[in-house]
Parts: sequence; structure tokens; C-alpha cells
Amino acid sequence: MSVSAFDPTGEPWPDRGGGNAAEPVEVGIPRVNYLNADHTIKSWLLTTDHKRIGILYLISISVMFLLGGLSAAIVRLQLTAPSGLLLSAEAYNKMFSSHGIIMVFLFLVPSIPATLGNFLLPLMVGARDLAFPRLNLMSWYLFIAGGLLTLGALTFGGVETGWTFYTPYSSIYSNSNVALAIVGIFLAGFSSIATAVNFIVTIHKMRAPGLTWFRLPLFIWAMYATSLIIILGTPVVAITLLLVVVERVFHIGIFSPELGGDPVLFQHMFWFYSHPAVYIMILPSMGIISEVIAANSKKRVFGYTFVAFSSVAIAVFGFLVWGHHMFATTQSMYASMVFSVLSFLVAIPSAVKVFNWTATVYKGSVEFSATMIYALGFLGLFTIGGLTGLYLASLATDIHLTATYFIVAHFHYIMVGGAVTGYLAGLHFWWPKMTGRLYPEFWAKLSAIILFVGFNLTFFPQFVAGYVGMPRRYAFYAPEYQIWQVLSSAGASVLAVGMLIPVIYLLWSLKYGKIAGANPWGAVGLEWTTSSPPPTTNFHEVPVVTWEAYEYHPIHDDDKDLTIPSPTAPEVTAEERKA
Amino acid sequence: MGELPFRPVAASSYAEDVDRLFFVLVALTVFFTSAVGITVLALAARYRRGNKVDRSRPSSHNTLLELSWTIPPIFLGLGVFFWSAKIYTQAYAVPENAKEIFVVGKQWMWHIQHSNGIRENNELHIPVGEPVKLTMISQDVIHAFYVPEFRLQRQVEPGQYSSFYFTPTKTGRYHLYCNMYCGTQHSLMGGWVYVMSKADYQKWAASGGSQPVAPGGTPSKTGGLTLTQRGASLYEKFQCNSCHDPAAVQRGRGPSLVGLYGKTRQLADGRKVKADDGYLRNVLYYPAEYPLAGWAVGMPSYKGVLTEEEVLQINAYVKSLKPTAQQSGAGTGGGATAAAAPVPATAAAPTGAAGAPADTAGGNVERNAPAANTDNIQFRHMYGGEQQGQ
Repeated sequence: MSVSAFDPTGEPWPDRGGGNAAEPVEVGIPRVNYLNADHTIKSWLLTTDHKRIGILYLISISVMFLLGGLSAAIVRLQLTAPSGLLLSAEAYNKMFSSHGIIMVFLFLVPSIPATLGNFLLPLMVGARDLAFPRLNLMSWYLFIAGGLLTLGALTFGGVETGWTFYTPYSSIYSNSNVALAIVGIFLAGFSSIATAVNFIVTIHKMRAPGLTWFRLPLFIWAMYATSLIIILGTPVVAITLLLVVVERVFHIGIFSPELGGDPVLFQHMFWFYSHPAVYIMILPSMGIISEVIAANSKKRVFGYTFVAFSSVAIAVFGFLVWGHHMFATTQSMYASMVFSVLSFLVAIPSAVKVFNWTATVYKGSVEFSATMIYALGFLGLFTIGGLTGLYLASLATDIHLTATYFIVAHFHYIMVGGAVTGYLAGLHFWWPKMTGRLYPEFWAKLSAIILFVGFNLTFFPQFVAGYVGMPRRYAFYAPEYQIWQVLSSAGASVLAVGMLIPVIYLLWSLKYGKIAGANPWGAVGLEWTTSSPPPTTNFHEVPVVTWEAYEYHPIHDDDKDLTIPSPTAPEVTAEERKA
Repeated sequence: MGELPFRPVAASSYAEDVDRLFFVLVALTVFFTSAVGITVLALAARYRRGNKVDRSRPSSHNTLLELSWTIPPIFLGLGVFFWSAKIYTQAYAVPENAKEIFVVGKQWMWHIQHSNGIRENNELHIPVGEPVKLTMISQDVIHAFYVPEFRLQRQVEPGQYSSFYFTPTKTGRYHLYCNMYCGTQHSLMGGWVYVMSKADYQKWAASGGSQPVAPGGTPSKTGGLTLTQRGASLYEKFQCNSCHDPAAVQRGRGPSLVGLYGKTRQLADGRKVKADDGYLRNVLYYPAEYPLAGWAVGMPSYKGVLTEEEVLQINAYVKSLKPTAQQSGAGTGGGATAAAAPVPATAAAPTGAAGAPADTAGGNVERNAPAANTDNIQFRHMYGGEQQGQ
């Protein structure tokens, strides 16, 4: 596969040998790269190389995903029978809380930024490392410390408040390990903040010469928007959760009316972060999808500027809609209306992205690779997830559907169908860059299809269960809902197969995978100009960028009906511009 | 239980409107999802690698096209918003004649008091076609009162009243759920709402709610007292009269409660507060925070003394103290209490001896009995164990 596979019948376009590489790239695995530069355990645990830290994160969050998935499996087993298959109510409550807490705070929030973001961001901007390499290492240690504390709390004694920690249940009534879990989440939150600071500074200050803002890959725009949300939002939830601990331990009244506090205040503060947190999880995936669709279509992302700014718009408007989680509280009717209308508006930038990705395929040269199948799956699932969000932004329907299985289905379509599918697409797309080896394409395609089917089988029935009124977080339920629960659990077993196959073949490929070479997909972008795996210093010399993002073909702008400056056709452009 | 397995019974005035909106949203979802899905798959298939098609001048930007798929969805979204908001306001437009019922949520049961004095646990009986307003409060954590057939839910919060208004339109037995996670037995905190024909409801109310309607249901008891009478007897018991009866008011012992409900009160710190249910409750629990202008706060806090149920009873009594009663003479102000007093005097004893302890005993059983056992009882009550057995 190479760029020459693109065969336009229109203007010819020279094959620039894998993404504008100025120098010839090595074909095999380079003898010395970041993975084998040093073999000691110490060299890994004390590394400041962003790529190695990315790998450390990858291993850590994979373990978290496994644990969160395991608790989900137990939850699904329990729910096959109305009176519960295996657990007591208390054990069930701890199980779904573990699932939520692990998946949200220890997997989804750090997933893409800390792994792929860490690994790729300096490569994509042409830098040798992130701006603050030691802060980066510290963030991993914070994550591990926070993760271990939280896992400890979940394992020894357990936590049964759900991942939302609603007061005054969490602060006064729960007898479980709330305080310890919160301290863990607090620490993990600071690891996110450290990563976000690092990203923002790196994007501002360390771009290669010629790499202007509008030549940045859209993944970088997505990471930038995500980092903004993390920096502005995470401190709020950290403080909020800490206040829960303060009330719990010192009985200082903040949220409990018995102590003079206000329980709804917690919901305001919690969702002020936790709604934008949804975008922390989904924006990076959107960035990946832009990269993957462009590379698999050999086409510049349609409407680059719209897509780039929609990420920033989502980051900004995402902070103004938290009250839509509280339509069923004592929140004033008028406040609810304001939050409702803003929630409808925040859906627009996401819709713009979906339409633009669709248009990107037009006149492309589409390879139905595994990563493209993942991306197409993302498009379908995210569209359903986004549109079902409107049922919950809409006041009248929300008052029926909120806190039922409908909402469970909706956010899993966004979080799993969107965020996790995007993460897997990205992991596959850059796997050769990270490891130097290709995964088996057939198995990857198969697992992408199984995941898509299994996901829908698992979560679609939950929409129906929610509409017919089944409340979430129920250990026992009315028999009439059993059919939907059994369907969902059956689908979950398919989903689990789709999750396990990649684990097997990705590990297999580490040893037996074909040698990938620098640019196996014929993609453009600075990360593909260096060897796979990259050397510790990323680039042998500082790259100079003289081309636009996704320049898979002469860039044609319908507005001006001309080609904008490009390395091969500058004269033509200048003339037409005058006209 | 519904006409379709996919559509639960629409049993409130609100439900039909919500369903209409819901299915329009479903149509929009299907339309947009298939539009995106079909377009992207068709394009990808047509432009698959190796397929000889015209790829000349691949466009990567077209402002007009992009605006055309950005602007119309905004208007579509706003349209849905207005429609939805219009339906939503119905849930707040409580008519004057709404039947008021009081709900206290606690881990893990619903305690319901009717104005006529009938009390129920985990069951709510209401007549079809009459607007109902529930005034709800929680005694501990946040709960949510949810009846899917009404397409409505509202959080029941500690510390402040929330309300829930609807008009039931179809007779039947509907699930009542707690829909805000509230602890271990959250999934067993619930029961049934019975929407009865007017005649059946009359019969049920006349029997003091003692007609068992469902197997396993708790036969509720009035103890022969209305909510107001209960409030009056508490008023006597806690000697509220020593400061708030007209005679005491005249001696300057305390402010009069006659005609208080619904008035705006001037507080010493400059605040103006409407004397609604929430105000009455807060004054009983936190008198020091509501110093009435011109009065020194002499009232003790009844926090921990009066339960939320009892506060609602006292509120009902205070609400019943209308100025007309007072106008017929200073003596009758006390007389109103006195008139109420004989009833409690005779009935309070049995209530105190049998009714109330039975209630608390019931609560204790739920709280302290071996979990598995009560789980089982409550599971069968909520989810119809007998149906399962069939």
C-alpha cells in the first residue's frame, strides 16, 4: 500500500513517498528505537520519553478496562433474572458502582489523551517530546497512586454510591469506602490536569517550523479542546468531591440539609464538570476519526476549519449545559428551559462533524480496512448516541426517561459506541507506529464487525427498557422487563468476544506481526515521516512543514474555485487568487 | 401490560403529549441515522479503492454546503425545544382544585398521607380524572417519585418540598418506583399507584382506605382522623397553643397563625418570605433562621422532635386556620382548637396506643428484620410474586 494507490482520473498528483517525507525512511524496524534503547525496568519507570509514558499508560488503562469490563459482565449476569441471578442488593450496588467509577475516572477520561495523545502529540507537531517531560512522568505516578487507592476502596469494603456520588447519600448515609475512593479519584484528576497543561503548552510553543495552527492535524485540535476542558473542569469536580469528604469526615454542613447544606448544590457542581467530562471522553475520539477517515479515503477532511472550530465550540458550550441533568430536581422551570435550549445548540457542532466526515469520503479512494470499519461503526453509533441525547435535552421527554435504562443506553452509545470505538480505531491505526509491527488485518476487521453488532445487541434493548419505564441501578426489577435485560445480556456476550479478539491478536502481533515500515497506510502527517517505532528523539532532524494538513490531493476549495498554495502549484494559485 | 410491548399505558394527561413528541424524535433519529449511514456507505462503496470513477477536483471545502447542514438543524432543534417546553410547563400549571396529597420518602419506603387522614405505605389510591398535586419531601437521602405510565418523575429531596402534578386519565394499577439511587434496597423502594373509578374511590375512601386492594398491600388506616385533625392534636400535644392561640397572641406571647398560610412575612433581617409549606416546615425546624420582624425568637426547634409526616400534619392544621374563624370572636379562635381538641381527646388515645405504634412497628420491621426476609416480602409486593408463580 502506498499513496500511489490513489488513482485520480483528474489532476495527477505525485507520489511523495509516504507523507511528505523529505528523507528516505527505513523499511525495517530501526535497530535502535524508543522501545529497545534501554531494557532495564528502571529505564521504563523513570523514563521521561513521552512514547514510553504513553505505553505505561496504555498498559495501566488496559488493566482498568479489563476490571471495569469484568464488573459489567457480573452486572449483566445478575440482571438476567428479575430477582437477581447471583448477587445481593448490596453486592450488586457495589458492582455497578465499581463499573462506573473504574470506567469513567480510570479508563475513559485518561484513555485517549494519556495513551495515544501522549504518544502522538509531539510526533504530530514535530517536537522531540512534550514541553514538560518530568511533569508527564509525574502524571503517570499520580494516576497509578489514585488508581490503586480507588481500586483498594472498591475491593476492600467497596463503594456503593454509583459513580455520581450524589449527596447526602454519599456524604452522610453510605457506610462504604466513599472517602478513600474519592481521594483516589482526586489524585487521578490531577494526573489529567498535568497532562492537559503539558499538551496545551506543547501545542502552543513546540510546533515545527511551518506547522501553522491550520496545518495541524484535527487530532491535535481535538486534544487541545480536550485539554481546555480538563483544565477548566477537573478542578471543580476535585473540589466538589473533596467537599463530600469534608462533610463525611468532619460533619461540616455543605450538602446535607441536616447539617445546613443543600443536596442539589452537589448536583450543580458535579455536573458542571461531569457534563464537559463527556466531551473529554468523546472529543479525542472525534479527532481520531478525522485522521482515520482521511487516511483511509486518501482525502483531505472536508471543511477542515469547521471541524477544527466545532471541537472548540463543543469545549466552550459544553460548560453551559450541566443543568440538563437536573430537570427532575427542584431546579426552577425557567432555569431548566435555558439549559434545555443550550443543550439543543451544543448538539450542532457534533452534527457538523458527522456531516463533514461523511462528505470526506466523496471522491476519495476508500480502503475498507479495519480502521475504516471502526470509523464507520463510530459514525453510526455516535449518530444514534447523539440523537438520543436530544430526547434528554428535551424537557418533556426527559422527565419520563431520565434515570431509566434509556439514559444508560444513550450514554453507552456515546461512551462505548463513540469513545471506545474511536479509541480502538486509533489504537489500530497507530499500532504499527507504536510497535513497528502490523496486526493481522482479517482478525481486526472481524473484531470490528463483531464489536459493532455486539454493541447494538447489548444496548439497543436498553432504549426500549427505559422507554417502558425500567429504572436504572435496580438490583431487582419487575418481570415484564426481563426480556430486554436478557437480550441485553446476550448481546453483551457478543460484545465481550469483540473486545477479547483484539487483545489476543494485538499481543500476538508484538512478536509475530509483519514489519510495518514507517508509513504502512500511506498516510500524511509528521508522525508517518519517522521510522516505526520512532527513535527516542522522534526525528533525526527538525522537520519543516511546507504542506497543508491532509494533503492527499491538490486542495480544491469550492468557495474560491481554485487550488490554495501547495508545494507543487504555487504559481497557478497566486494567479487565480488575483482573479 | 400495555397495548403494545413497546408502549406502556398512557395514564396521565401528560403522557399522550410526551409520547407524541417521543415518537417524532424517534422518527427524526431514524431519518438522520439512516441518512448518514446510507450516504456514507454508498459513497464509500462508490469511491472504494480500485473502482474507476470520476475523482477529478476533489472538494475539501464548501461554505455554502456546510452552512446548509449547520443552520437548518438549529431551527429543527429549536422547534423541538419549544414544543417540548410547552408540554413541560403543564407539569407546573397546578390548578386550584387539585387534590393535595403528601408524600414522605425514606429509605426504603413511600409514606403517603391523604387530606382525609388516610395513610398508606408504598401505595397511592387516587380517583381517575381528578387533578392531583403531590407535595413531597424526603426524610433522609434524595429519592425520586416515578410512575412510568404517567411519564413523570420528580426528585424527592431532603430539606425542601418538591411537587408533582398530574391528572390520571385511565384506571388501573401502575408501578410506583424510586428512581434516584438511594442505597441498598433502592430497587425495592416502591409499590403501586391505583387509579380508581370515582365510585370505587368513594367506597375505598369511605372505608377509611382499609379495603385491601392488592394481596400483600398494606391496609391503610385513618385512625378516624383527618390530616388537619392530626395536626390539631399535635398542636395541642406540643403546646403550640400556649404561644399561638388568640388569647396568647393577645398577651404578646407569639405571632398569630390565623390566616398565615400564603401570606408574605417580613423577617427581621429584611427578607420577605411567602408563608408556604416550605416556610412553615423550616420555621418549625430552624426557627432561629426565620426571625419574624418585631419578635424575638422564642420558639424551640422541633428538629428531631417532629417527623416530616408530623410537620405536614401541623402544616395542614395551620392552613385550616382561616381568618373567618377568628372573626366570629376571640373565643372561637381557641374554640377552633377546642372544637378539634375533643376529637383528638377521644381518638388520640387509640391513635397513640394502636395506630402510631403500629406504624412505627411496621417501620421497625422493615428496618431491622433479616434483610432477605423483608426483601422477599417487598419484592413480591412490588413486582407481583404471585404473577411470577403462574
